[in-house]
Amino acid sequence: MLLTIDNLSKTFPGTVALDSVRFDLKAGEVHALLGENGAGKSTLIKCLTGVHARDSGDVRLHGEPVSPGSTLEAQELGIGTVYQEVNLLPNLTVAENLTFGRQPTRFGMVSVRRMREDAKEMLAGFGLDHVNVSRELGAYSVAVQQLIAIARAVALSGKVLILDEPTASLDARETEMLFEVVRRLRERGLGIVFISHFLDQVFDLSDRLTVLRNGKHIVTAETAGMDRLGLIHHMLGHELDKAEDRRTTRSIRNERLHFKGLGRRGKIEPFDLTVREGEVIGLAGLLGSGRTETADILFGRTPADRGEATDPDGTIDLSNPRAAIASGFGYAPEDRKTDGIIADLSIRENIALALQARRGWAKPIPRGEQRALADDYIRRLDIRTSDAEKAVGDLSGGNQQKVVLARWLAMNPRFLILDEPTRGIDVGAHAEILKLISGLTDRGMSILMISSEFDELIAASDRVIVLRDRRHVSELVGDEIETSRIIAAIAAHDAEGAAL
Amino acid sequence: MNSRVLPLYATIAIFLVAYLICYLQFPAMLSTRVIGNLLTDNAYLGLVGVGMTVVILSGGIDLSVGSVIAFAGVFIAVMLRDTGLHPLAVFALLLAVTSAFGAAMGGLIHGLAMPPFIVTLAGMFLARGASYMLTIESVPIDHAFYDVLRSYYRMPGGGRLTLIGVTMLLAVVVGIILAHRTRFGTAVFAIGGGAQTARLMGVAVGRTTVLIYAFSGFMAGLSGIVFSIYTGSGYPLATVGTELTAIATVVIGGTILTGGSGYVFGTLVGVLTMGLIQTYIVFDGSLSSWWTKIVIGVLLLLFILLQKGLLILGQRQRSKMT
Ligand SMILES: Nc1ncnc2c1ncn2[C@@H]1O[C@H](COP(=O)(O)OP(=O)(O)OP(=O)(O)O)[C@@H](O)[C@H]1O
Ligand SMILES: [Mg+2]
Repeated sequence: MLLTIDNLSKTFPGTVALDSVRFDLKAGEVHALLGENGAGKSTLIKCLTGVHARDSGDVRLHGEPVSPGSTLEAQELGIGTVYQEVNLLPNLTVAENLTFGRQPTRFGMVSVRRMREDAKEMLAGFGLDHVNVSRELGAYSVAVQQLIAIARAVALSGKVLILDEPTASLDARETEMLFEVVRRLRERGLGIVFISHFLDQVFDLSDRLTVLRNGKHIVTAETAGMDRLGLIHHMLGHELDKAEDRRTTRSIRNERLHFKGLGRRGKIEPFDLTVREGEVIGLAGLLGSGRTETADILFGRTPADRGEATDPDGTIDLSNPRAAIASGFGYAPEDRKTDGIIADLSIRENIALALQARRGWAKPIPRGEQRALADDYIRRLDIRTSDAEKAVGDLSGGNQQKVVLARWLAMNPRFLILDEPTRGIDVGAHAEILKLISGLTDRGMSILMISSEFDELIAASDRVIVLRDRRHVSELVGDEIETSRIIAAIAAHDAEGAAL
Repeated sequence: MNSRVLPLYATIAIFLVAYLICYLQFPAMLSTRVIGNLLTDNAYLGLVGVGMTVVILSGGIDLSVGSVIAFAGVFIAVMLRDTGLHPLAVFALLLAVTSAFGAAMGGLIHGLAMPPFIVTLAGMFLARGASYMLTIESVPIDHAFYDVLRSYYRMPGGGRLTLIGVTMLLAVVVGIILAHRTRFGTAVFAIGGGAQTARLMGVAVGRTTVLIYAFSGFMAGLSGIVFSIYTGSGYPLATVGTELTAIATVVIGGTILTGGSGYVFGTLVGVLTMGLIQTYIVFDGSLSSWWTKIVIGVLLLLFILLQKGLLILGQRQRSKMT
């Protein structure tokens, strides 16, 4: 056995994050680590790699007890990790990030030329040939940064590679590229720990899997011998409430918003969009197809340079997010780590923040009301926390995302844009969130949802708009909304999606 | 192009333009005499500036340096007066003391997770108090070796390239290498970019923090030695507020106050810009020396605005690339 963990326990104030957990890893296997948001997966990784001190437990590498006191020591033992949080430094160059701690030196001075060469070598096989390693990391997209973080961890992992939700910000092509790398490393005899909420990926990649629930070890088994429903049962402790396969089509209600010819040079071709009351519009397309750009324009994050937006009362100002918010728009962006939450503030404060900004600072929301609001969303979104006063930064990754969602839901906008609302959220909460979206539209909210998961789009949307090469190429309504049609529209080569 | 270099280029451009203006008005200002004096007069400031740059790059601040310079002067003067030690031995002792003092502050900052502002503010009072304990009045230094230290090389044109001026230039070179070409330097930038992430990347945050403040303490000590050579005495009330001047030169030099981005070379240009303004005022003769402060204030504001503008520009650029 390459790595064995026994009886590992870790308590945070108010939370038992891990309770006598065991885990083992063989050389040459991919071992998936699964569980709901807040089950303790990331904590297990952090205790193993010296980020958190463990309360008790025994960790052995090749049978030798080890207890790294820091990430650095773990790296020296041959354990490379991609943590769930941001992993690299945007102010350093790509090459510095990649080689950090192992920069080639001559007479104590870093050799920049050799550092660049090393960095390029480390990136080989990740499809990142276009990346200039002398540029700052922060100049690149989240997906590219994530791949670079993985490349770094791969280079550091002599024996064990740990990937905590590495695919959350990657598209299908990038994910496949990553899996190729992982398979290669497996053949070379590395042990790989893989954490993900995408069960398809787990079945695709892993040899064995371990499920945690509420900080306890539930099961370890061969992936091949496990079926999907059984696995979900282990994770949730109960059956998954059967979500509707398709949203029941309802009577069309009043038209609410008209966007006519909105567009911006170099961002997105002009498009028309009519939004009805209580409607869910899905946006499908590959990463870079213009989905996020569409959302950014609708919310004024990058103002349109043509076209207009109107509602029955007249034109709507979408020149900046403040104006959009004032017109009753809301937007939960994709890059939640930087745009979404304030890690040091409590759940209550984070949820109340946006609402407060909208009411104006002169009319403070009474604390009791804030508290009730927070408790309500903690219950409705099943946010796993000891109480509403916990700092959001201390929540598990998935639960942080739920807080972001809660913030926007609490504002009760008339038009809410959700960019990948279920990224990093577990299967159980996933169904809950879709149900919640459905409930909101029943009360009249209109929603624009961007998602890479077709099942989710199909289950939630009344209409799906497909984007390709920064234009809206087709629209699917009612029974037309099915996976094969969406894929066909994305893949179609002729301009207007005539392949349909 | 890397948008972080822009402030540095702006600094250099401002310095050159300012020099040109001075030259057009007073052609005598473009002489080795003025340049030599610029280096000599600002040597002590350049030295603390290099230390301060490294501290600020890491996202910290060191308010103790002005007091440490004064302490160094007093320490040297009193030791030379009261003991038979050779100045070089006194210097070595002093540098050990100020480095250890900095290291202790770094240790507190990391160990107790205290803001550098508070810890070094305490250090500022402590060092100032310690100099008063040694003496309350100005103590002259007259040691034969000090005459050696004041030696200079006469440049063509009559300017004096002094030992202390050269020391400052050397320190800048060392600082550039340390900050931009060593693993330690990368760790400094990493901590400035985000201590939490740096820790997850395997940066030894504690050790690096201690070293950063030890380095700043060392440079402040060295600056004190240079200042004692320059003034020929030790005075506990000397260099009050120098820490703030040093911070200003760092910012004018293009280093971002929140850390993680900047250049040691920029600080040298910042120091020279300040020196240039002072020289101009001396040449003019009719301007009050307070004008230096006003110009520095304006320059500082200008640079903060420039950095803010660049930040917004950088974000735009990034959103274009994604
Ligand atoms: N630094 C911390 N301080 C206090 N509590 C914490 C801290 N880190 C994690 N926790 C708590 O420990 C529990 C387990 O969190 P962990 O991050 O391990 O979950 P996870 O399984 O990785 O979930 P996710 O799928 O959402 O990432 C959660 O209840 C979380 O709130
Ligand atoms: Mg996690």
